[in-house]
Amino acid sequence: MMNPANQTQFIDQGLASDPTNRLPVTLTINGQAYPLQLESRVALLDALRENLHLTGTKKGCDHGQCGGCTVHIDGQSALACLTLAVMSEGKAITTIEGLAQGETLHPLQAAFIRHDALQCGYCTPGQLMAASAWLSGQPPRTAAEIQEAMSGNLCRCAAYPNILAAILEAQGA
Amino acid sequence: MHPFQYQRATSTAQAVAAVAPEPGATFIAGGTSHLDLMKEDVHRPSRLVDISLLPLKQITALAGGLRLGAGVSNTAAAAHPEIQRRYPVVSEALLTGASTQIRNAATLGGNPLQRTRCPYFRDPAQPCNKRAPGSGCAALGGINRGHALFGASDACVAIHPSDLAVALAALDAVVQTTGPRGPRAIPFPELHRLPGATPQVDTTLAHGELITAIDLPAFAGRSHYLKVRDRASYAFALVSCAVALEMDGEHVRRARLALGGVAHKPWRLPAAEALLVGEKPSEKLFRAAADAAFADARPLEHNAYKIPLGRNLLVQALLETSGLQALAGPAGTAFAASVGGLAGTFPAPY
Repeated sequence: MMNPANQTQFIDQGLASDPTNRLPVTLTINGQAYPLQLESRVALLDALRENLHLTGTKKGCDHGQCGGCTVHIDGQSALACLTLAVMSEGKAITTIEGLAQGETLHPLQAAFIRHDALQCGYCTPGQLMAASAWLSGQPPRTAAEIQEAMSGNLCRCAAYPNILAAILEAQGA
Repeated sequence: MHPFQYQRATSTAQAVAAVAPEPGATFIAGGTSHLDLMKEDVHRPSRLVDISLLPLKQITALAGGLRLGAGVSNTAAAAHPEIQRRYPVVSEALLTGASTQIRNAATLGGNPLQRTRCPYFRDPAQPCNKRAPGSGCAALGGINRGHALFGASDACVAIHPSDLAVALAALDAVVQTTGPRGPRAIPFPELHRLPGATPQVDTTLAHGELITAIDLPAFAGRSHYLKVRDRASYAFALVSCAVALEMDGEHVRRARLALGGVAHKPWRLPAAEALLVGEKPSEKLFRAAADAAFADARPLEHNAYKIPLGRNLLVQALLETSGLQALAGPAGTAFAASVGGLAGTFPAPY
């Protein structure tokens, strides 16, 4: 699994922004440290996409309604649009770019392909990150439990039956 | 989003000292509701004091009950074995709220402080006395199907959206705070206030007062949460109901009932509670309690549907809590607590 073990990193507990509201922020993404200078108001989603050009994480609604920006923070699924980048410092962030191991797809990615669990694909990174956060090391979930756990990820193309089938298969893998 | 100063708190005392003297300063923990409102320009803080790294994330035993740190996530609290076993109403309320991702970030201290979902509050182009005092209430003559039945005023008919708060009100939880005037304990039913002429003030907390923990008192009865939504999952309550029932043999010794989605705060039902005491559970009794609960409801143009919906929900919640009817899913899960949608789809037996 790609959830990096919780990495300990020095966190300046007294950190405060300067008069222009800028701060030094080091983000640890897919195991790599990225030192940045950011305004305090920059969301993790915008830091990923605009500052680091990691555009696999999608901006759908930007208000926590669609799940398109789902990443892992310390192994748990999180919405990058409703997380300040500066508050993500010292945490292990995994994005869709970190889900496959080199050329080897994550079992969930392979299952999504087998089950044709997408049409336009815009929601797919968020769907994969949401499901992969709890897929490994846990007892398999029922279809109803998966639907409930995934209710924060919308699919405009309504590929839900295939997404559900892919997750059901992958959790048995 | 407007610019703001950001500061990481090093202790609760330092967090309070950083917020208290600055009127535009506020705390941030999970931030899921707060940041959304900042993106909408509804909230424009001058300073955010980050309390997410403070050591407020423990759940500990306390005089027969539990002390829940304010920084515990909704996910962690809902899954905690002692909460699942002794206070399923809390797990059920948490798990019918928001989505997995939001529950992972949201905290127990922040959840009860979330602002109303009234669409006029969330749109800076509309009049709203809660957002802009004195500007008027667009909901009074607007679309008000989601609004209050109880305790509203001419200035505001908004409801409080938290599920957790409804459960905590029914359990008579106690909110522990620290602030510019030192620590204090607030009975949960007194944390939120009615709108009156000052709907911009949601709670009885002072500026700079920080919730550090929520205490669940000892409780040996049955508890349950039931919620009706517009869709099966990831939606706020139209009406919800929390029940805490303590029995003496076959008779009710103490009943505490709270409704969500009907008022500016979790709405306790003292008349209905009193009617149940000393009685043997039956559908007839519960119908009488539900009638008493809604006797003083004051519907608006579009929300009268909440009265029969709420009555029936209360009866159903009491039937399930007392064991006269089975839960729709395993206790302590979203399946037990959801009406419609996925409820009842969970494979039996549970």
